[in-house]
Amino acid sequence: MTSRLVTLLAAAAMALAALPAKAQDTLAKIKDKGVIVVGVKNDYKPWGYLDPSGKIVGMEIDLAEDIAKRLNAKLEMIPVIAANRMEFLKQGRIDLIIATMGDTADRRKVIGMVEPNYYAGSTNVLAPKSAGLKGWADLKGKKVCAVQGAYYNRRVAQLYQPELVVFPAVPEALNALIGGNCVAFLFDNTLIESTLAGGDAKWAGYEMPLPNEDPQLWAIGMRLEDTDSAFGKFMKDVSTEWHKTGKLIELEKKWDIKQSPFLIETNSKMKGS
Amino acid sequence: MDAVPEFFRWLNDAHGINLSLAYDSYDGSRFLKGLWTTVWLSVVCILMSIAIGVAGAWLQGHRSRVVRMLVAGYVQFFRNTPPLVQLTFFYFAVGGLLPMIGPTGQATPLIDNVGWAIISFSLFAGAFNVEIFRSGIEAVPSATVEAAESLGYSRLGAYRHVVLPLAFRISLPSLNNNLVNLVKTTTLAYAIAVPELLYAAAQIWSEVFNVREMMNVLLVSYVGIVGVLVWVMHRWEKALRIPGYTP
Repeated sequence: MTSRLVTLLAAAAMALAALPAKAQDTLAKIKDKGVIVVGVKNDYKPWGYLDPSGKIVGMEIDLAEDIAKRLNAKLEMIPVIAANRMEFLKQGRIDLIIATMGDTADRRKVIGMVEPNYYAGSTNVLAPKSAGLKGWADLKGKKVCAVQGAYYNRRVAQLYQPELVVFPAVPEALNALIGGNCVAFLFDNTLIESTLAGGDAKWAGYEMPLPNEDPQLWAIGMRLEDTDSAFGKFMKDVSTEWHKTGKLIELEKKWDIKQSPFLIETNSKMKGS
Repeated sequence: MDAVPEFFRWLNDAHGINLSLAYDSYDGSRFLKGLWTTVWLSVVCILMSIAIGVAGAWLQGHRSRVVRMLVAGYVQFFRNTPPLVQLTFFYFAVGGLLPMIGPTGQATPLIDNVGWAIISFSLFAGAFNVEIFRSGIEAVPSATVEAAESLGYSRLGAYRHVVLPLAFRISLPSLNNNLVNLVKTTTLAYAIAVPELLYAAAQIWSEVFNVREMMNVLLVSYVGIVGVLVWVMHRWEKALRIPGYTP
């Protein structure tokens, strides 16, 4: 009886010891398995969202599909939120993050960011017209809904001192806004623009009243150790090509995203070089 | 005076152990606010759930069948559904149906997220407390109740002066258990953005990326909070002990 237990424990210990041996190059791993796993958003129209049939679609999904096609691999998408995407990446559950992630110095200490960046967004709020917000300073002391893990929460909270009410994901925060639990919803201008442009009657009384602030580059995230590997180089080349060929601008049009000056600028710069 | 923040800054730079709440005043104040919210949310819910338990257990022995059915229905509903479901149901489903108060444009719902958390957790733990007090009441010998009645006590009088004091002492250990659970259940308020401990910790780790450190801080904090509660309850149990009385 005891000997069987010892064998079992030994087997378990060996299995555990074998785990760290997975430190294999990500590119080789993807080619080996024929699958690339990408963390994407599923609540962020039009970047990554659910279409009526329940499929995840959007501009970032198109980018992920393009990467998978170039690698000749099957694309597997895992929905992530801001608060868990970097942990998923570090743990190896996903190989890449393409999930509207802002490229910040703090994040660069933890994960790698693919350059050139594929988009740039800014911060703004969605608010009912009746709230009559004129400037960022009007938010002071008021309840403002936000989503956990967004990089601008801290900056806005410290600069303008609203009382932030932070939810795990976008639908809860929007629900709370409609329910009157806060005067405004703090988020990327792109999501707010597409929400308002969507023509949903629910949003008829709402506006994006403030000037855009704090422009921020978005980046595809990869594990820190992949940055200088073959996979890191591959991703850099892919991203460069997206800019050069104008694929990003094309996709922007396809998904009805307001033209970003950043993409036009980078495109003309790269075509020249 | 700056030695403490300096030490934690050094701990981060030299060893990668990032306890930002010790050197970043913004993170520190967020964490303390979370701690404070958890403590007072727990205290309010504990008091309200005990009140609900005492009242419910008394109404369970009411003459009217309708009242007894209502109490039974309440206990069944709140004991058989998950507290997270109750909380989101109250906040998102019921909250939207209530009238708004305040001037137009700045109207806010009648009950905010903190209010719903208090209501939901008190009702949830209260349902358990009803049953806990019932077990205590049923353990009081019927001869004792009859003796009280023959001395001229009314039903309420006998309940207040004889049955409840005895039943309370019998129920304390299981009440203790339920209240410890209630304190831990307050973390669910995170789902509706009540700024309690888990919420504060999640804010910090999603900005500073010190998940491992904050998880440890969270666990230690709850061990501390629950430890204080258990200590108080044990002191209370001791203070209430009647020498020579063993039910």
